[in-house]
Amino acid sequence: MAGKTLFDKVWDAHVVQEIEGGPSVLYIDKHLIHEVTSPQAFAGIDARGMKVFRPQNTVATPDHNVPTIDQHVTIHDELSRFQVNKLTQNCENHGIELYGLNHPYQGIVHVIGPELGITQPGMTIVCGDSHTSTHGAFGSVAFGIGTSEVEMVLTTQCILQPKPKKMRINVEGELAKGVTAKDIILYIISQISTSGGTGYFIEYAGSAIRSLSMEGRMTICNMSIESGARGGLITPDATTYEYIRGREFAPKGEAFEKAVQQWESLKTDEDAVFDRELTFAASDIQPMITYGTNPGMGTKISGNIPAESDIEASGQKSFKKSLAYMGFEPGVPLEGMPVDFVFVGSCTNGRIEDLRAFSAFVKGKKKADNITAWIVPGSKQVEKQAIEEGLDKVLEAAGFELRQPGCSACLAMNDDKIPEGKLAVSTSNRNFEGRQGPGARTMLASPLTAAAVAVTGKVTDPSGLIQ
Amino acid sequence: MVIEKFTTVRSTAVPLPIENVDTDQIIPARFLKATTREGFGDNLFRDWRYDKAGNPKEDFILNQDRYSGSILVAGKNFGSGSSREHAAWAISDYGFRVVVSSFFADIFKNNSLNNGLLPVQVSEAFLQTIFDMVEADPGTELEVNLEQQQISIAGTDHAETFEINPYKKECMLNGYTDIDFLISIKDKIEAFEQSRT
Repeated sequence: MAGKTLFDKVWDAHVVQEIEGGPSVLYIDKHLIHEVTSPQAFAGIDARGMKVFRPQNTVATPDHNVPTIDQHVTIHDELSRFQVNKLTQNCENHGIELYGLNHPYQGIVHVIGPELGITQPGMTIVCGDSHTSTHGAFGSVAFGIGTSEVEMVLTTQCILQPKPKKMRINVEGELAKGVTAKDIILYIISQISTSGGTGYFIEYAGSAIRSLSMEGRMTICNMSIESGARGGLITPDATTYEYIRGREFAPKGEAFEKAVQQWESLKTDEDAVFDRELTFAASDIQPMITYGTNPGMGTKISGNIPAESDIEASGQKSFKKSLAYMGFEPGVPLEGMPVDFVFVGSCTNGRIEDLRAFSAFVKGKKKADNITAWIVPGSKQVEKQAIEEGLDKVLEAAGFELRQPGCSACLAMNDDKIPEGKLAVSTSNRNFEGRQGPGARTMLASPLTAAAVAVTGKVTDPSGLIQ
Repeated sequence: MVIEKFTTVRSTAVPLPIENVDTDQIIPARFLKATTREGFGDNLFRDWRYDKAGNPKEDFILNQDRYSGSILVAGKNFGSGSSREHAAWAISDYGFRVVVSSFFADIFKNNSLNNGLLPVQVSEAFLQTIFDMVEADPGTELEVNLEQQQISIAGTDHAETFEINPYKKECMLNGYTDIDFLISIKDKIEAFEQSRT
């Protein structure tokens, strides 16, 4: 019998029951909830007159809807305020731990789970948010679910899921100067498309992946969903253990050492078989940016937007529709395009390492006059650490300001909307039409690229500008 | 939540021949502030359907009288992006009971099935045939038979079978929900928890 993959090992250990010809009943270790996709689930539980089955396994925080200015005062938008208050009320009624606004642990669900040590190797983790795949960076099986499934987890701590197929993506070799985790994942999606991962769970492997910090690995796993995959995961190693050690909810002392021993077994067996395997050379990857209206429409910054002749016949219609929305011509160079907004933040790139990368680049430089920049930490902890490290001062001196934590302009549910027609370079995960505000145009890139753009005021490859 | 039983649907169709329709197009994030499941149909495809002032855009398919019915037919990779179940709610609430495409995003497919909205995956060739025939004659009817797992263009020989997980098919045919099933096996779930400690 062939060996097991890392994914198989974690999944199989959580199967309560297999249904003949159907999905598996999968037990969930950790459930994260936020204000937008949970109220209808609680309404369902309340309508049945039931209580949350294992309230200690769920953690809540408001993130999607919260303002990033004066959030400690009040939420002015009535509907947003109602939704956030509803979360508080539901958590109180059902005994769920809530990190509400002003709590030192509040932040984007996928930033706080790892930084508090809630996310650990070998766990199953779900949340009513597609970027739950982020937590796979720790060797957990983590994926986004719909609200009906949120209700299932609250009611029974289980969901019904068909077991996905398995893909391994290897990235081998050394990364070039200026190439970051964000560039790797944008490159991968540009190669396999936004549906290339559909039906699969992806294991990322290879020397370039192993060389990444936990923050970088989270960026990679976070965007698995943009390839259509439910999730992605990476074998835990010393980098993982060192990140987890000492965090609030991580095991401590002897219990930690014991946990590490157990985590050591979480790796793909040598004779395990994947349904699909791809290998990319790190040396082929350059700083990336998207030019279209889905995350698969990306290319190297130093390159051109594809010409119509580069696109297959079946894709012509979408390609033209996409460029028409962006107001771009096919075949033209990307570098030098004037930009209006820069957004740094989100569950993809709102962690401390991302703020460090941005700050290090802009240190001693000045924000371009044509740029409006929103720098949004992923959590209160990130905000605190950034201030402790003096990053707020560096940013201020260069003409930037640090806002308060939340999902912000990534999906523009709060007031942080890119105005109609304006062009934004964003470190977030989706460049869909209107994603950052009605009529807003988005180009996805790394925090380092965002920094270069913020300083030059136009699309810029950062690699020539760093030491 | 009560799920309507699904047996067969015979209806004219609304063609949306666009690929990679993501859930932000189906229901933009700014309309996700409701705390109930109802009313999302009003904002289905909001930014394609209405201009800034809220007036219907004449060139969008839902604003064209010649197309109507309870079957939405869309280009490949439908429902990519966010896990928001609001996308499935919006499509159902508008009045669709079936979405036909040559490829669906995973989470959207799950969310649809959990709400009695049937995703029917067909070949690219068959999808094109549907688009061609519906555009030539908006009165063209499609028939979807869940028991037989078949979709056909009424009055023609054009037909295809489609896949659905047998468990999910049973749920759709009978109006069962996953949550009722999970509640019914709670003793097994507790036993599983015991076995892990």
